[in-house]
Amino acid sequence: MLRLEDCLIENGGFSLHADLEIVPGSRIAVIGPSGAGKSTLIEALAGFRSLSKGTVRWNGDDLTKVEPGKRPIAMLFQDGNLFPHLTVAQNVGLGIHPNLRLDSAQQAKVQAALARVGLDDMEDRKPAALSGGQQSRVALARVLVQGRDLLLLDEPFAALGPALKAEMLDLVAELVAESGATLLMVSHDPNDARRIADQVVLVADSQAHPPMETAALLDNPPPALKAYLG
Amino acid sequence: MADCAQPVSARAGIGAALVVAALIFGTLAAVVLRAEPGRGLGASDWAALRFTLIQACLSAGLSVALAVPVARALARRRFIGRRLLIALLGAPFILPVIVAILGLLQVFGRAGWISDGLALVGLEPVQIYGLHGVVLAHVFFNLPLATRLILQGWQETPAERFRLAAQLGADARAMRQLLEYPMLRRVVPGALAVVFAICLSSFAVALTLGGGPRATTIELAIYQAFRFDFDLGRAAMLSGLQLVLTGAAALVAAKVAVGEGFGTGLDRPLQRWDGNSTTSRIMDGFWIILAAAFLLLPLAAIALSGVPGLVGLKASVWVAALNSILVATLSTVLMLILAVPMATAVALGRGTMIEVAGILGLAASPLVIGTGLFIVIYPIADPFALALPVTALVNAVMALPFALRILVPRAKSVVGRYGRLSMSLDVRGWPFVRRVLLPRMRAQIGFSAGLAAALSMGDLGVVALFADPEFATLPLQVYRLMGAYRMESAAGAALLLLALSMSAFWILDRGGRWHAEA
Repeated sequence: MLRLEDCLIENGGFSLHADLEIVPGSRIAVIGPSGAGKSTLIEALAGFRSLSKGTVRWNGDDLTKVEPGKRPIAMLFQDGNLFPHLTVAQNVGLGIHPNLRLDSAQQAKVQAALARVGLDDMEDRKPAALSGGQQSRVALARVLVQGRDLLLLDEPFAALGPALKAEMLDLVAELVAESGATLLMVSHDPNDARRIADQVVLVADSQAHPPMETAALLDNPPPALKAYLG
Repeated sequence: MADCAQPVSARAGIGAALVVAALIFGTLAAVVLRAEPGRGLGASDWAALRFTLIQACLSAGLSVALAVPVARALARRRFIGRRLLIALLGAPFILPVIVAILGLLQVFGRAGWISDGLALVGLEPVQIYGLHGVVLAHVFFNLPLATRLILQGWQETPAERFRLAAQLGADARAMRQLLEYPMLRRVVPGALAVVFAICLSSFAVALTLGGGPRATTIELAIYQAFRFDFDLGRAAMLSGLQLVLTGAAALVAAKVAVGEGFGTGLDRPLQRWDGNSTTSRIMDGFWIILAAAFLLLPLAAIALSGVPGLVGLKASVWVAALNSILVATLSTVLMLILAVPMATAVALGRGTMIEVAGILGLAASPLVIGTGLFIVIYPIADPFALALPVTALVNAVMALPFALRILVPRAKSVVGRYGRLSMSLDVRGWPFVRRVLLPRMRAQIGFSAGLAAALSMGDLGVVALFADPEFATLPLQVYRLMGAYRMESAAGAALLLLALSMSAFWILDRGGRWHAEA
């Protein structure tokens, strides 16, 4: 269970309150007007913003003071998810060991992850030699080897075309289904939410609301969401 | 930023900044304690102060005044070799002073090309030693810098303004009033202040072209008090005076300066619709040719006269060259050990104090640090035996401000762009430095290392203070050969020095960019 207990995130004049629970294995879309704090919520979960008050717990463990890299969380950012000077295999290998000292079993794990996302024979390339979709697949292969309980996506596929974005979201859905990880993804597109999320966290009016069923919420939106959806 | 965790600690950078501050303030304190306040300034000290100020004013005024038409011409003309010429404007920064002076002597000296030409029509040869020689050399070094600064001002003028001016049918006069004068008002004060500050601490130029009671800068007076009279008290007092001057000038320069002329993209072509009249074409051509000749002729002279001297170089020159390579290597390594952690700490948001420590190197003069180090070392060891490491250390601190200007923006962008990704992957501390920071900063590290190596290779400053007759770096050896009127050997050694400096810069800069991903 992921619990945000009476959490308050403040940044200058901005503040966001969250008090909610997320069931393990859920696929959650975080939606809401721009500037409402969708990314802020994700960043606080990942440990990049400290809480003014409240506690974040995963299966009872207090994560509030835990370093970002020590949380049971894998995260993909809007851009810059790969290091341009490292090869595909090295970028993925970082998910296993930050020092890149991998034994043969770990190297095999990297190969298997690359094969799973459809990138066999690409391990020695640098990111610049890959297409946008292939770069996203490398980042997903790394998420796979990280093997964390939670996957946070801060619109990493926003720069891809609609078809490619849908393809990536489907791949994400398959991967979390296989691993049983809990997915939280920021989105400004309700279609993304319908595509892979079974629940939605609405962020609006300085408040992150508890998750609601995607279809029910989108078909019958409350006023704040209605204003955003138009 | 205290709010967020960081991928790497700022401690190393803070430590490096403390070392730099301790070195500069420690030597300063040693100097101040040694100075005898009761004695006051003598007549020759006042003369040195006056000469220092006059030559710096003249050099700054002339460099900038000439740079205005040269920059205007370069900004609006397209011609073959324009890129090369603009790149060449950056070269004097890493050109060893002693090499340039030899070149200038061969063009403007008593037995130089211009004097030879004048002799053909029965005129007296020109005289290069003294105030005008010092100013000439300073203009040689700083006209390119001033031109780059003003050219940067032109480049920063939005293209829309040129379009608008053309649309309004602005003639040459209107262009000046609409675009050039406002730009110059913004850029010229900074350019003047920077050149003035650089010329204040001129040592090698004054040593070779000045001298005597009427053409001695304070830096040169420190050297003379030290070498000729071994009067540490007077050297210390002059050092204090120099420190006040350079400190004040550096403060003013930092306040009014915009940009530093390092920027790339100065050769970016900009579409212009003005300046198509025949007069302005001829004037622009005149200024471009004049500037190019002024910069290239002394270098050509060194190349021409150096080749014959190169064959018969004595063993002492090769030993000096080896010493220079050692000094440059050590100095570059020291600079990087200080600068990379400092730039990282600045990027982590621990800015102010560290940047101040970096700028201290601009305000402190090498001769002052050298004097202080001598005073500190003298009671415990033989300072002359330490000439090599001391020279390397002082050169490293002198190169530090320039290195930080190159490294800090890149470190900021690496930490900003990859800091969070690294933290989310738990790539922190040494793995972050080795796997992310250093590889991402390679090009900038190479560039700053190249600058530091070339500056150190060509430096004729603190080494003159510390070297005994047995020890010489290559610039010092060139100076000694000149002093012995062995001009052919001097030219040969100078050509060798030029080649060493340029290759050191080229190898390190290229090495940094080789196979580096954007």
